Amino acid sequence: MEIRPILSAMRRNKVGAALIGLQMAITLAILCNGLFIIEQRVAYSKRPTGVDELNVFVIPNQWIGNPPDLAARLQTDLAALRRLPGVVDAFATNSVVLSNGGSSEGIKLKPEQKESSASTAVYFADEHALNSLGLNLVAGRNFNSADITDKNGYNDQAPPAAVIVTRALADKLFPGKGALGQSIYIEPEHHNIQIIGIVDRLQVPWVESWSTKFNDNSILEPFRFVDSYVYYVVRVQPGQLAGALKAAEKKLFEVNRSRVLEDSKSLTESRAEAYRDDRGLAVILGVVCAALVAVTAFGVVGLTSYWVAQRRRQIGIRRALGATRYAIVRYFQTENLLIATGGATLGVALALSLNLWMVTTFEMQRLHASYAVVGAFFVMLLGQAAVLWPAVRAAFAPPALATRAS
Amino acid sequence: MFSYYVSLAILSLRRNVVLTVLMIAAIGVGIGASMTMLTVFRAMAADPIPNKSRQLFAVQIDNWGPRSSSSGGSADNLAEQISYTDAIALMNAHAARRQTAMYATGAALTPSNPDLRPFKVHARAAYADFFPMFSVPFQFGGPWTAADDEERAGVVVISRALNDRVFAGANSVGKTLNLEGRDFRVVGVMARWDPVPKFYDLNNDKYGKAEEVLIPFTRAIESQMPSWGNNNCHDAIGAPGWEGHLHSECVWTQFWAELPAATDVEQYRAFLNNYAAEQQRTGRFHWPPHTRIRDVREWLQYQHVVANEVRILVLVSFSFLLVCLLNAMGLMLAKVTGRAGDIAVRRALGANQAAIFGQCLIEAGVVGLAGGLLGLALTALGLLGLRSLLSESVTRLTHFSLADVAIAITLAVIAATLAGLYPTWRAAQVQPAWQLKNQ
Repeated sequence: MEIRPILSAMRRNKVGAALIGLQMAITLAILCNGLFIIEQRVAYSKRPTGVDELNVFVIPNQWIGNPPDLAARLQTDLAALRRLPGVVDAFATNSVVLSNGGSSEGIKLKPEQKESSASTAVYFADEHALNSLGLNLVAGRNFNSADITDKNGYNDQAPPAAVIVTRALADKLFPGKGALGQSIYIEPEHHNIQIIGIVDRLQVPWVESWSTKFNDNSILEPFRFVDSYVYYVVRVQPGQLAGALKAAEKKLFEVNRSRVLEDSKSLTESRAEAYRDDRGLAVILGVVCAALVAVTAFGVVGLTSYWVAQRRRQIGIRRALGATRYAIVRYFQTENLLIATGGATLGVALALSLNLWMVTTFEMQRLHASYAVVGAFFVMLLGQAAVLWPAVRAAFAPPALATRAS
Repeated sequence: MFSYYVSLAILSLRRNVVLTVLMIAAIGVGIGASMTMLTVFRAMAADPIPNKSRQLFAVQIDNWGPRSSSSGGSADNLAEQISYTDAIALMNAHAARRQTAMYATGAALTPSNPDLRPFKVHARAAYADFFPMFSVPFQFGGPWTAADDEERAGVVVISRALNDRVFAGANSVGKTLNLEGRDFRVVGVMARWDPVPKFYDLNNDKYGKAEEVLIPFTRAIESQMPSWGNNNCHDAIGAPGWEGHLHSECVWTQFWAELPAATDVEQYRAFLNNYAAEQQRTGRFHWPPHTRIRDVREWLQYQHVVANEVRILVLVSFSFLLVCLLNAMGLMLAKVTGRAGDIAVRRALGANQAAIFGQCLIEAGVVGLAGGLLGLALTALGLLGLRSLLSESVTRLTHFSLADVAIAITLAVIAATLAGLYPTWRAAQVQPAWQLKNQ
């Protein structure tokens, strides 16, 4: 292809070419990083909790005042919930996944250890907990009634009889060894406690950046949580959730009216709420990226159309001298490809440095090089697509007319 | 001359409608995107209490001692909150002009109307100084007194929204409010007061709503109202029960001091150091004094109030604006070259280079203005979009102020003029003789 005449034509139009090249470079840089962030956010918002989310709802129950018969009320409520039609099982706890509120502790392997070996979320659980959450016990046993004791509010410091841990925590504490039957020390009480079971997965209740470091480290402690503010976790038969949630609230008010039930919801709703800003960010970035592509494409169309108009006479002469229509289209496509190659090269450099800057300032992850390569191809393709219409129009201008008109 | 140039510009813009629309659209879209993000950014980074942000100080005391950073906490090894023990000691010392310890709590509220179900309210336990310190405005009544603090009085100040809900907006001063089965007397109803960011307690939701009920700290402690905020116990072991919790080294209260003058600030620093040194002497702390006070602005910065996501979005949207401007610049360049004939005639008729330059620049400015107006409409649309996409507390950052409007228009005109600079310069370079001969 005749690159030299294209280059010399471009030299007379340096600024126009530079403008298009720069637009493409910036578009590429933003596009790569934007799509990278979108992909990460979507993956982040899809992290599994380990719970049977589709069939579980949560009712936060708040008693008024501090009634002395909390333990009895708890048993009455749970019995009523478990008897409801469509309900598989129910239990009461201090915290649930996707709620962004809960307790964390450090775990030590020896009492005199200075730094804890792992951070973990703490959930209170009775013998119904695994079934109510739909957790998958992969080793050891569930709690039995002998393990379970009353926990009278957060300030009750009686130690748990035993614990069930997640596989992630077990692997972190005892890499390569079986964690089952091992002893651990839970801050701050420092009692020696035995691991009696391991569940496949249970996410911590927080979905924030600081908790991603120990996202799947959770322990279940065998406590009946006797407190004026607890979460009732209820698992239902598939498809029964909406009806059972309404029935459960109604039933609880029938049992005792003097309580507050607010923010009851399914875990599906909790997930949507918990990750709303992450998904929102992905959508915003998606819209901006789409707009960016559109603006850049229009820019290419606009400037190329203008060049075509400017060179009508030259095109006419070339056509009169025997150039085919295809040769004219190819001219503009090659011209755009040259500009796009320059833009894409600059763009890849820009994309990588933008990412590097974000890695250092925002603790983002490194951009995978494949993004930049795919992005570069995309931007070049975009240029080719955008240039096609003005180029074809140029090619179809009749040579006689083109040379006559000024 | 100016108005003549403006009418010339409009005439010229109407001659090539497609190019004009494209230019205005490019600038409008760019301004719309960048202003949407800038509005959120400005709201996040806003000074929530501009009159006093240099006089109000958050207090930090290291009561855990040197730890490695792996055990959590901030880079400077200070917790964001202080222990109850320290909070009470600082309150009793009364070393600042005004001071308040506080914590987030909540309660079940039983309305006096038996047909209404009880509901949950968020509350804040604080001292009487809270209200004058943070310039809290009142609709009815006023704050409680220091004597009420002393007596652990059962009094509350409520928000306007809660007053509307429970007392139908009437003056409820002197009426009773039932919290957790106990009666409290309303002494004041706040006028709308909702600082964003919620600087005085950034623990749970940095842009969250202000609490609906304020209650004396002393009373809340006596009633054993639990903290609904962040309780951090690190490695601290306390005795069991409420008393054990109070006297543990867990941190869960915030402490603010009002220090109007620079000398007050220095004195308070010294006082805090002495306090920590005293704790070391009595054997409670096994490390040298490590305390810190930060004013509101420093505090917001320290607590990373502006989310990284928003910084990224601002960066992305301004890059987008840059692309839009490069685009508009290309279009202007095309336009100028197309109008070389006109310009040559004007030059031949006696217009000098400066006149051509001025005229084209004004044309660019008119495009910028139109783009800015379009951008404003798009910003409003963008903010509406954010409201439907993001969580409620972030939505509170999507209010468009008059300053934002001014910024948008100014930004658009400046940007368009900058983009027009080179094409304009090219226009002024047109050689009349050469151009006219070529036609």
